[in-house]
Order: sequence, then C-alpha cells, then structure tokens
Amino acid sequence: MLAYIVRRLLYAIPILIGVNLITFALFFVVNTPDDMARMQLGVKRVTPEAIEKWKVERGYDKPLFVNAAAGGLDTVTDTIFFEKSARMFVGDFGRAEDGRDIAREISARMVPSLAIALPTFILGLFVTITFALTLAFFRATAFDFWGVVLCVAAMSISGLFYIIGGQYLIAKIWRLVPISGFGDGLDAWRFLILPVVIGVVSGIGSSTRWYRTIFLEEVSKDYVRTARAKGLPETIVFFRHILRNALIPILTGVVVVIPLLFMGSLLTESFFGIPGLGSYTIDAINAQDFAVVRSMVFIGSVLYIIGLILTDISYTLVDPRIRFS
Amino acid sequence: MLEVKDLRLGFSSARQMLAAVDGISFTIAKGETFALLGESGCGKSVTAQGILRLLPAAGRVLGGSVRLDGEELLALPEADMRAYRGGRMAMIFQEPATSLNPVLTVGRQIGEVLERHLDMTGEPARQRMLELLRQVGIADPERRLDEYPFQLSGGMKQRVMIAIALAGEPELLIADEPTTALDVTVQAQILDLLAGLQAERGMGMLLITHDLGVVARMAHRIGVMYAGELVEVASREDFFTNPRHPYTQALFAALPEVSRRGQKLVTIPGQVPSLAAMPSGCRFADRCPQVMAICREQSPAWRETTAGHVVRCHWQGDRAVDDAACHSLTELDLQAAQPFLEVAELKVHFPIRKGILQRIVGHVRAVDGVALAIAPGRTLALVGESGCGKTTVGKALLQLIKPSAGSVRLGGSELVGLSGRRLRAARRHMQMVFQDPFASLNPRLRVGEIIAEGMGALGLEKERAAQTAAVIALLQQVGLPAEAVGRFPHEFSGGQRQRIAIARALAVQPQLLICDEPTSALDVSVQAQILNLLKALQADLGVAYLFITHNFAVVEYLAHDVAVMYLGRIVERGQAEEVLRTPQHPYTRALLSAVPVPRLEGGEQRIRLPGETPSPANPPAGCHFHPRCPKATDLCRQTYPETTTISATHSVACHFPG
Amino acid sequence: MSGFQVVVLWSDVLVWLLVLAGIGVGVLIAKSPPLLAAWRRVGANRVGMASATLLLAFIVIGLLDSLHYRVALDGKPGVKTQYAIEVLSVLDALVTPLRTQNEKTYSAPFATHLYAKESIERPGLGTVREYPRLKFGASHLADTATLADDVAATALRTGALALFAWLALAAVVAFRCGGWRAVWRGDTVFAWNAVLATLAAILLVLVPLFALAGDYHVFGTDKVGQDVLYQILKSVRTALIIGLVTTLVMLPMAVLLGIVAGYFRGWIDDVIQYLYTVLNSIPGVLLIAAAVLMMQVVIDTHPEWFATAAERADLRLLALCFILGITSWTGLCRLLRGETLKLRELEYIQAAQAFGVSSWRIILRHILPNLMHIVIIALVMDFSGLVLAEAVLSYVGIGVDPTMTSFGTMINNARMELGREPVVWWSLAAAFAAMFLLVLAANLFADAVRDAFDPRAA
Repeated sequence: MLAYIVRRLLYAIPILIGVNLITFALFFVVNTPDDMARMQLGVKRVTPEAIEKWKVERGYDKPLFVNAAAGGLDTVTDTIFFEKSARMFVGDFGRAEDGRDIAREISARMVPSLAIALPTFILGLFVTITFALTLAFFRATAFDFWGVVLCVAAMSISGLFYIIGGQYLIAKIWRLVPISGFGDGLDAWRFLILPVVIGVVSGIGSSTRWYRTIFLEEVSKDYVRTARAKGLPETIVFFRHILRNALIPILTGVVVVIPLLFMGSLLTESFFGIPGLGSYTIDAINAQDFAVVRSMVFIGSVLYIIGLILTDISYTLVDPRIRFS
Repeated sequence: MLEVKDLRLGFSSARQMLAAVDGISFTIAKGETFALLGESGCGKSVTAQGILRLLPAAGRVLGGSVRLDGEELLALPEADMRAYRGGRMAMIFQEPATSLNPVLTVGRQIGEVLERHLDMTGEPARQRMLELLRQVGIADPERRLDEYPFQLSGGMKQRVMIAIALAGEPELLIADEPTTALDVTVQAQILDLLAGLQAERGMGMLLITHDLGVVARMAHRIGVMYAGELVEVASREDFFTNPRHPYTQALFAALPEVSRRGQKLVTIPGQVPSLAAMPSGCRFADRCPQVMAICREQSPAWRETTAGHVVRCHWQGDRAVDDAACHSLTELDLQAAQPFLEVAELKVHFPIRKGILQRIVGHVRAVDGVALAIAPGRTLALVGESGCGKTTVGKALLQLIKPSAGSVRLGGSELVGLSGRRLRAARRHMQMVFQDPFASLNPRLRVGEIIAEGMGALGLEKERAAQTAAVIALLQQVGLPAEAVGRFPHEFSGGQRQRIAIARALAVQPQLLICDEPTSALDVSVQAQILNLLKALQADLGVAYLFITHNFAVVEYLAHDVAVMYLGRIVERGQAEEVLRTPQHPYTRALLSAVPVPRLEGGEQRIRLPGETPSPANPPAGCHFHPRCPKATDLCRQTYPETTTISATHSVACHFPG
Repeated sequence: MSGFQVVVLWSDVLVWLLVLAGIGVGVLIAKSPPLLAAWRRVGANRVGMASATLLLAFIVIGLLDSLHYRVALDGKPGVKTQYAIEVLSVLDALVTPLRTQNEKTYSAPFATHLYAKESIERPGLGTVREYPRLKFGASHLADTATLADDVAATALRTGALALFAWLALAAVVAFRCGGWRAVWRGDTVFAWNAVLATLAAILLVLVPLFALAGDYHVFGTDKVGQDVLYQILKSVRTALIIGLVTTLVMLPMAVLLGIVAGYFRGWIDDVIQYLYTVLNSIPGVLLIAAAVLMMQVVIDTHPEWFATAAERADLRLLALCFILGITSWTGLCRLLRGETLKLRELEYIQAAQAFGVSSWRIILRHILPNLMHIVIIALVMDFSGLVLAEAVLSYVGIGVDPTMTSFGTMINNARMELGREPVVWWSLAAAFAAMFLLVLAANLFADAVRDAFDPRAA
C-alpha cells in the first residue's frame, strides 16, 4: 500500500518533467522570445533596441538550453530553460508583466477561488447524486423518462447561458444579491451565493445522467437480486447495497478534480468579478502574459497529479477488495 | 406445501409478450426435493424467480397461481411478499462470486436477514450467525464473519449464500443451479451439505439443474422442462428406471459414458424453438423421433402412466430411443506408437511484481514441470479442476503463451524458442478449439472468412476459387450447409458455432487438435453432437486430440489416454482403462468418486476431499496435495513424490500409490 | 456581375472530404450486416431520427456555406480582372438581402424603427431626437400600424405553401411505405413518422421565417446593424467544423495509439500511457489557451501567408480544431486501450495468433472492426461537447478569430447588452436558442446511436 503510493509519487516526477518540456516547447521554441517581444511591444514601437531591452528585463536574452559562454554549472543553469522552467519545481514562478511576484499573487488568490469552487463542488455532488438516485429508484417509469429528457435538455444549454441568464434574472431583475464582486470575511456570502447556485445548476444535467447510468448498472447486478431475495425493502436495497457499490466509481471519479478546485473557474470568476485564480488566468490570457499562463499550467498539472494519487488512495479507502489485498 | 398451478411468466419485448414459462404446475411437500430439469433456455430459472416474484425488469407474471400452505403469493401486495422472501422461502443462486455484495462483510449480509425476519440484532444475532456459519461447514467462523466476500474461495462463498438463505428459517429453499459454477470436489461438498441440511430441517427444496447426475444425487421427484412447459413429472425411481417422454429418454441417451465407447451418441436433431415462434402442437414435435401427425396439431394432455408418474406425450410406446440402433463407430486401433507430440518439463511461470520498483517477488507456477506424449490418431484427456493449469498447458503447447522452461517436440522438432516463419510452419500441424463458441468467432467476419483465415495466414490455398471450395468441403465435413459461408456467426447456435470453430482448426490439416473444454458451454444433447463429430473426424482423418476437460463422463467416452493435473503438475497418467478403473493417486480417486452419476445406484462409497485447490502462487510444500489428502504423512509434507511406474503406460506421482 | 473566382478554403476541403468520407463509410456499412443492423436500430429510433432530421437541416446550411467564391470587380476591359477582398459563399448568395441590408445599429425583431434615438432634421420642426425609421426593416410598409397584419398575412401565405410542400412529401413517403396509416402509427421499419413530424415543424417555421426575413429583421439587428438571423446562419458552419473536424483530427491518433498500446503492451504501452498522462495532466483550458496564444503569435508575425482575412480566420479555425483535437484524444485513447486489452484475450484473437496471423493483420481484421462501435459513439458524443466548448473558448478570447461569426463571438459581442437600459436581448437569445437546438439534436442523436451500438444495450 505504502510502496504503491511511493511508486505513484515517483511516477509524478517524469510526468511533471514532460509537462514542463511541452510548455517550454510551446512558449519558447514555437515562437522565439523576439516574436513575443514584438507582440508585447506592439507594431509601432518595435525597434531592435526595444526588443533587446524587453528581453533583458525579463531574462529572455539567454540561450534556450545550453549557455556555452557561462562555463561551469552556469552552462545549464544560466539558460531560459532553467530560469523559466526548471525553477518552477521549487515554487519560483518569476514575475508577471506588471512586475508582481506570481507565487505571492497565486497564494493570495487561492482563497476566493476555493470559496466558490468548494461549495459548488460539494453541493453539486450532493444534489446530483440525490437526483440520480431518485431517477434510478423510479427507473423505467414516466418520471425517470422525463427526468432524463430534462437532463439532456439541461446539458444541451451552454454554460454561458446559465451564468448570463442567472445573473440577469436573479441579480438584475429580482435584485436578490449583488451582480458581482467579492467581500471580505463573513460578508462574502452575499457575493458567493449566486455563483455557487449557478455552478451547481449548470452541472446538474450531465452529472445526473452519468450517475444515473452508474446506478442502473449496479441495479442489474446479481447481488441486488440476492438482497431482494432476502425480503429487504427496496429503500434498504438502494441505500445499503446499491448506493455503497455505486459510490466507488462515483467518488473515485470525482476525487481527481478536488485539487483542481484551487484553480477556480475561469468563467464564473470572470463574470462575477471574483479575484481568484480563474480570473487571474483569464486576465493573463487576455493580456498575453506568458509568464502567468506558464505558471498556471504548471500548477494545474501538479494539482492534477495530486488528484491522481488521491484517486488511488481513495480507491483503497472505499473498496475493501483493494484495501485488504 | 408449495403448490404451483398453471403458472405463466413472460417477457415483454418490443411490442409483444413472449411467454418464457407457459402453464406449468407442480407441488412440493415438506421435506421433499423437487428437481426442475432442463437445458438452457427452457424457463426453469424464470420459474424459480417467478415463484419468489423476483423476475427481471422485463418479466411479467401472466397468470396462474403460486400457493404456499394455501396462501396465494401472486396476489399478495409487494410489501407482504417481502415477508415471505428470505423468510419462509429462500433462494440460492448460481454464481456465488457475483451474488454477494462485494463491499459488505459476511456478517452484515447474514445479519440483515436475521434483523428483517427474526428481529434479531446485537449479540444474539452474532451468536446465531456463528452458529449458521458452523452449520454450513465454515471453519473459523469468528474470523469469516468480519471478512468480505472477495476474501473467500468460491465454495466458501456458496456456503455463505446458503447460510444467508438458512438465516430466515425457510420452509422452502429454492436452489438455482447451486453447484454449476463450482468444481466437482467442491460440488460434492455443497450437495452433501444441502442434502444434510434439508433432511435435518425438513425443508422443501426446489432444485433447478441441467445435470442428471445432480438430480440422481439429490431429488425425490423430478420435473422435466422443455421450451417453457413441463413434459414429464416422476419420482426418482420411475425417472431413472423408466423415463417416458422421448425428450427425457433422449437426454439420457445423449450422455457420454464408458459403456457407450465406440458408439455414436444419440443426439436430438434441431434446436429448441424460439419464444417468438412456438409451434402450436407439441413443442418437441420437430425434434422427436416418434412424431405423429397429431403431435403437430394438438398439444398433448397430461397422462398418468403409473401412480405419480405423469407425462405429456401423445406417443404411448415405451422406448423412443433405441440404444442398440446406434451404429458403432469404427475405432482406429492404434497402439501407442512413436509419439507425435512430446512434452517434457514444461513450465509456465507468471512473475508476481511488488514494491516500489516492481521487483519480481515470486511466481505463479501455473504449469510446473509437465510431461506428456500423444501418439498420432489417439486422444489424450488432460483432466483437472479449475486453476490447475490445464488450459495454460494447451496454450503453451501452441506457443500462444511463452513457456518459461521445458521442451515441446512436435514430430521430432523443438518448438520452444522458435519464432517467425519456422514457428508458423510448425503451427500447421497443431491447432486449437476453444471453450466458448461465442467468444471464439469474430462476430464481424463471415463464416467463410473465419475458416479461410488459417489457410491464408499459413499460405495453403492462395487461389480464391480453390480456397472457397476447400471451405465448403470443410463445412460439409463438420455437418454444416455450404451456404453458411456467407453468413455471420450470430446466426448460428452454440453447437453450430463450435462446428465452425472445428472447421477453422481443421482448415490447415493439423495432425493434432487441442480441444480446450469444447463442450462445457453446451447442453448435453448438443455436446453429444460435437463428441460424435470429433470421433468421426478422428476416424476419418487420423487426427490426434489433446482433450482438456474437467468432465469425467466425456473422458470415459472419448479418451485413449488420461493425464490428471493438480496445481500445475501431472499427478497421474496412463491409458484410460488403467486410470479410470484402477486409479492410484488419492486425488484421482477422489475426483472420480465426486462426480455425481446419473443413475439410481452408485456413489455409495464417496471420498470427500476437504477444502479447495490452493493458489498456484503459493503451493503447499512437499506434495501439493497433502493438505487435502486422507493419506498424508510427514513425508508428504516435506518432499514432492517421485513418479512411480505402475505399468508400461501407467505412472503416478505419490508416495503411497494404490 | 461579370464573373467570379472559386475560393477553396482549407476548411472547405476538410468539410467536403468529410462528406466524401461519410459516403464512403455509408457504402462500407451497407456491406457489413452487423453495422447495418445497428444503423437500422438507429433508424427505428423515433427521437434519434427526429434529431437527425434537425441535424441534417443544420448540415445543409453548413454545406451551402462551404462553397466559397470571390466576385470579380468591374474593371476596365483589357486590364487583368481584380477580385473583391470579400470571400462569399453560396449561402451568402442565397440570402443576399440578409447580408447586405444593414441598419445603423440595434433594432428589435420585427421593428420598424431603430433602437436608438438620433437627431433628425425635420422640415419645419428643426432638429428632433427620435427613433428613425429603419432603412430596410419593414421599409415597404407605408403605415407602420399595418405591421402585424402584414406579418400575419405573409406568415399564413408561406405557411400554407410549406404545408403543401410537406403534404406532397408525406404523400410520397406514404405511397412508398404502405399507406398513411402504417406511417402514422410507426409500423414502418424506419421511423418515418418522426422524420415527417420534424420536417413539418422545420418547414412550418423556416419557410415563413425566410419569407419574412426579406422584409423584416426577424431576429433584429446587432450593434453595427447586422441582421442577427444572418449571423446565426453563418455560425452554423463554424460550429459544425469545430464539432466534426476536431474529432476527425484526433480520431486516427487516438485509435492507433489506443489499439497499439492495448495490443502490444510492454514498453509501447508504457510510452503511450506516459504520453497521455502528461497531456491529460495539463488542464485542458490552459493547454488550449497556451497553444492558441502561441498560434496567434505565429499568425500575427506572418501576415504575408494570407491573401484574405477570410483565409486567416479560416486557418485559425482549423488550428483551433487541431489544438482541441490534440487536447481531447486522450479520453478515447484510454478507452480504446482498455477495450483492446480485453479483446486481445478473446479466443478468436488467440485462434488467429495460433495460425500465425501477423499482429497488424489481427489489429485490422479482428480488433479494429470490433472497436468501431466505440469510435462511432465517441464521434457523435463529442460533437455536442465541442460545440459548447467553442462558445466558451471564443468568449474567453481563445476561440475562433474575432472576425469569424460563431455562436461564441456572437455571445461575446452581445454580453454587455444585457447591462443596457432598455435591454437588448435578441442577439443573445437567438444565439443561445440556435445553439441549444443544435446541441440538443446532437445529444439526442448521440443517445440513439449509443443505444443502437452499445453491445450491452442490445
């Protein structure tokens, strides 16, 4: 068990190196720093001196991989690859275009992101599992049929519509909560409630349908027939037997996204003006701030890998077959 | 006690209702075992589920009545019915592996029955559970109570299922093929257990099975089902001495056994009519040797032949199938000549990896030093229970699995280590027929393409026209019409598919055919067809068979030589008469006596093996068999026995043979 | 009009290749009874066929919009003909009034007047601020009070026409399929009743809509006065390309790598697994964002590659498809790998191995055909997700070129309009509604396909 987790942890290292190489190739090999400088400076101000100055300011004037001129250890460390990519492994992300320290910015913005993403995740999971269980309980009835139809309709609606429509209806027409913004401390709930509700509602369609199929798959298994042959009422068959077995694929399927909750949601945060990592990313994309995008890619990958490891651990926790072997 | 009357059960499909069970009636008294016997798809399992009202989602009760001590069950509201299920009536299912909830402990799963039906919780319930586990023969019940199903072996899971069924103190136990998924030695244990419990508690039992041997062992009365109808009901004595319905008689005649060696087995032509196209008269008419005009017009009524023996048949004769009429087969009288295939010290080990670096910490010794020899035109049966490595041997011979060590010599040339073209050339001489006719044919290819595949790959018939002609000739050889060439596997029944698989293997004219349980997925009557075909092919083509099986009846009927395998090693080998008549190894003796025989007499002196086959990853020290062996001594616990030669052909690996 | 020059955009090539491939696959299916049987099951599914009809309507629009040309400018004789910068499509030509009749700015659906006040010189009254009449919308009406009557009359007239057309069509079907009653009650093998019902709905809505669209802006106009209906029509092609080309880009890679990993196992499997775990671990949106940003830089630094703005937008669209494809093949690859691992243990594969059939031949003959259902299911299931993703990406600014009309850019352009007083709702509503219809049809069709192909369901 422990050996297994250690193995997974070790496997994370080559994965992260791979991620790093891909992003590095994307950002520095497909386009040279000169191209980026031209982009950033705009067409009017492009002069060779300006480009050079831009590169020096950001440390892009070094060779990509091997600095033959530096000598010693610097041959490999005084390069763009080492400065901009390898140092991410120790949490040094460098500075954004506006000169701020990216690492500090990220740690400050995690809290608002989490404040939205975590309640959305937990509430969403609870609501969709409840719905799916209800549909599966009433399987092959008109209720189930129309429930599925509603789910398909709900998942055919663009996520943008949920946000724009919800914001318009609840905040603008009914004026129940502020349209956007973020507050400190306990005051924040007024700002959180709308994005959380919208986040939950927009995920209902597809998740409910997915969980319902998982439940139905369990319903058709032999042990369910055994449980019924014992004379157990249908509610106990569902809650004691089916729910427990179905939760294994459901929980292990969602565990992988838990660490990614830190990243926040791009859309929700930008619409509701929440100063989290999602809006940070979107602003960086719009401002073409490559240093920030690169850092977010790296952090996202680290979180995903943590998610994979958590998935493995959660398997061993929920499933006795793995726990005891 | 239980009275089923005119029960009709159906499945709704598309826009119509298909009756899977069409008006069956029977009764079961207290302490009586009533066996429902029939081949797959005859509706016997549906009947059992219908009685408990546990039909699958598409199933419907169409009519009839089910009474338990006079109480009409079909009319009960669902909530009241639940008090019966698991209470006065309990059920055991076929697959113990999937029928237990994998994430609940054994104790929890038994406990919920006690709580539901006897209001028993806490310490008294725990005591009762321990008692139940002891009753079903589980050693160390305190530990087992807190374990999960995956920690138990197959036989133990079935014992737990029985304990669950017994927990509600049922008056009627419904057992749906309770031993079909188990090995013979474990099957014998479970049947003994069920028979003992029934006698002890005076339960009624509805036993559903396809196995005449199980019926002979367990049943007091028997009902034979065919195509959703009961066709004959008789007491055990009447059933085995004087079966009346042509179908019942054909079932008996189709059984392979030693007395029928050298004869063609009786087969039932055609197949069971589909639910959607049931004939209006007698449903067996199209396949019946005694069919008369009236059979096709009018469904026969019940007719009592002797007291308590009823049959549904227009024909009043005595013996529909005449054993003597079976023409005997010309048997190739080949004495063990120069062996065609010689296997020595064959080993197949699968590594077990563990730890951070996935180091190899051990091996699953699936095959651990096997020696075999097959002479041209002869049949060697490789017998053993599941997990003994017999299928792995077959695949290792064909080099489908790379052997870890040893030699496989085919016609004098070594196969192990060959690759590429030379291996391909060698494969021409040896082919395989697989167990599952549904998984062994690619559903996306036409039959013609399937059969021609080997010819193409081995470069036999390059020309298209010659290839087609060869395929058609092969189809005729295995008894299929030429137009099958253009059809797809799903259009054929299981038996026909197995014929196609045999034709595919024969297409490259091999001298040796490895048959891996080719009939274990088939019904008895279809099995007889395939066995007949294999025998005829051997007589015509002189092909040798390595017949991998767990079924001793088939061995007795077919094999010239027998090798018995246990945990990756051969424990006894010799000519069929020698091994079957004078078995020397305790395991062989136990296996032979564990097979339920489909006769009234017999099976008096049973040797019961305790426990189950251990894992090949960690075989017992010394003789692998010693933990289960009645004769084991300290010597057995320490050293693996040398091979003792009994006769020129008969040898055994045991310290104390005989 | 003196002449035109055919313009073949890269995406057009792919679109028509797709059509050809579709026909080719159709021929192959007709030869393989198991696949044909599965498609027959799709054909018998009423919901599936109704949605297929709707999808087909969208596809026709998309195909018409995939035949491009440039109009020749009226030049002096003798001088080499110059062609207009603007690349047009057959669809543009068919709906010319929609394309050319631009107002100044916002106008509501069926409006007669602009949505914003303007200073207008009135003889005798001086300059007044009021809502001016539209240049094109309802301009044929002398009296704006008769608007409702005119709309109703046109709708009725053309609705009746549509009804006749539908009846004629239905008569043909009924004649071929054994009478009205059989068709109506659904006794036909193919779900004709669903197709006809959907067709009726489509005809009854579309025919009057287009008839009215000549005189009115039925869905209003946007900020720069462009007809919203026209934008919707143009968005369809973008959505279809994103939904289909993307899957096609990733399909070969996912299928090949998935099968190879599952069949050969060992180090090949390790490498492929490593590859997709790496790609998977980069959050999708960020990978797309990074790739699109980089592509943007490439495109911006090489303006000389593109003759027209349409070509540039087109290339960016294709690049987006590729990027989406590269980020989304991992799921299907993993699925196919798992299935192949199961398949390779099946007995018919072992039988083939026992004959010494070569690995690649086994893959082609035995494994690939038995995975086709998964590929087909993935193809139709992914479509709707990609259409929705395009909207989000374009909204975030990492989607299609801003000059290219798509649901995403429409929503992006219209998003501030809900903040106006009074609200401009029609652009957003029209874009969301059209996207909803397309995605719903695709989802329902995908369900029908999955039910028909999934061996567990059969």
